[in-house]
Amino acid sequence: MSNAEKPKEWPLWEIFIRGQHGASHRHVGSLHAPDAEMAVNNARDVYTRRNEGVSIWVVKASDITASAPGDKGPLFEPSNDKVYRHPTFFDIPDEIGHM
Amino acid sequence: MADAVDPLFEFALRMGDNCLILGQNVSAWCGHAPVLEEDIAMANTGLDLIGQTKMWLTLAGEVRGDGRSADDLAFLRDARAYRNCLLVEQPNGDYGQTLMRQFLFDAWHHPMLEGLQASSNARVAEIAEKAVKEAAYHLERSTDLVIRLGDGALESNRRMQAALDALWPFVGELTSEDDVEIQLAAAGSIPAAAEVEAVYRQYAGRVFSEAMLRAPEDAFMRTGGKDGRHTEALGYILAEMQFLQRAYPNATW
Repeated sequence: MSNAEKPKEWPLWEIFIRGQHGASHRHVGSLHAPDAEMAVNNARDVYTRRNEGVSIWVVKASDITASAPGDKGPLFEPSNDKVYRHPTFFDIPDEIGHM
Repeated sequence: MADAVDPLFEFALRMGDNCLILGQNVSAWCGHAPVLEEDIAMANTGLDLIGQTKMWLTLAGEVRGDGRSADDLAFLRDARAYRNCLLVEQPNGDYGQTLMRQFLFDAWHHPMLEGLQASSNARVAEIAEKAVKEAAYHLERSTDLVIRLGDGALESNRRMQAALDALWPFVGELTSEDDVEIQLAAAGSIPAAAEVEAVYRQYAGRVFSEAMLRAPEDAFMRTGGKDGRHTEALGYILAEMQFLQRAYPNATW
């Protein structure tokens, strides 16, 4: 790559942290880093300073394919009136507690 | 030496002063590092080192038994009484120089602390156990950056090589051994200098070859810091660091 086309900024990475007690990784924010390994290092310094995590995932932001905000209607609205998809017709015994 | 110096006191000062002076130097990047992520990482490293300073200087005060606290030792000693190695007091320079200084220190600090975990002195082993995890991360980070900048662009390689050339002469002092260390090593309180040096050489050699850097051969190795004979740089660091306590004795938050 010639200098002219070389991007000046490091690529953007999306950071996911598994909390101390949480079961799944949660998106916590993003940062810049030259590569994946350094992104993990930077995430450790930026997002786990107060003992927030036990595991870090980093994903290049450009590798994420997102749904378009304009598609909100066709994508999500059809499920609005399909109440039978929600398990609201079962009685949950009290002993189960919060589900 | 005229009056009997407790080797453990000397050693605790050396460990503590290394952390204190490097921590103070590194902290100057806070708000000034080239990118936000590095700014936070560098400040974290500085804070880790100041935390370790507190443990070592507290131990030094206890060993000496003259009632001096870690703060007293940090803020009320003159340069001549400081025992840090010359490497850590070298100026920050550009960011490459700061990273190279950090790497050259971390690559020694980590195996040293690993060895100290097995110390026959329970207090030393306890401090080492706490510090070694931080040092492992510092080393991982500085290694990653030295490799990426060394084996990066032409300009970054040039700067990292210049930093290595400038700082290499201070490396010999890290692994050198004097009466204090020989006595402590014989008692099993600290690892033998040769053991730490072997790990250091092998590790640094591997990193430099991966980073496309060359350590100068037959460089004249400078020493003196461990005995309190420092370079000009330390005076400036202490002047800034100690100003408040000197100007307003016993001032507290």
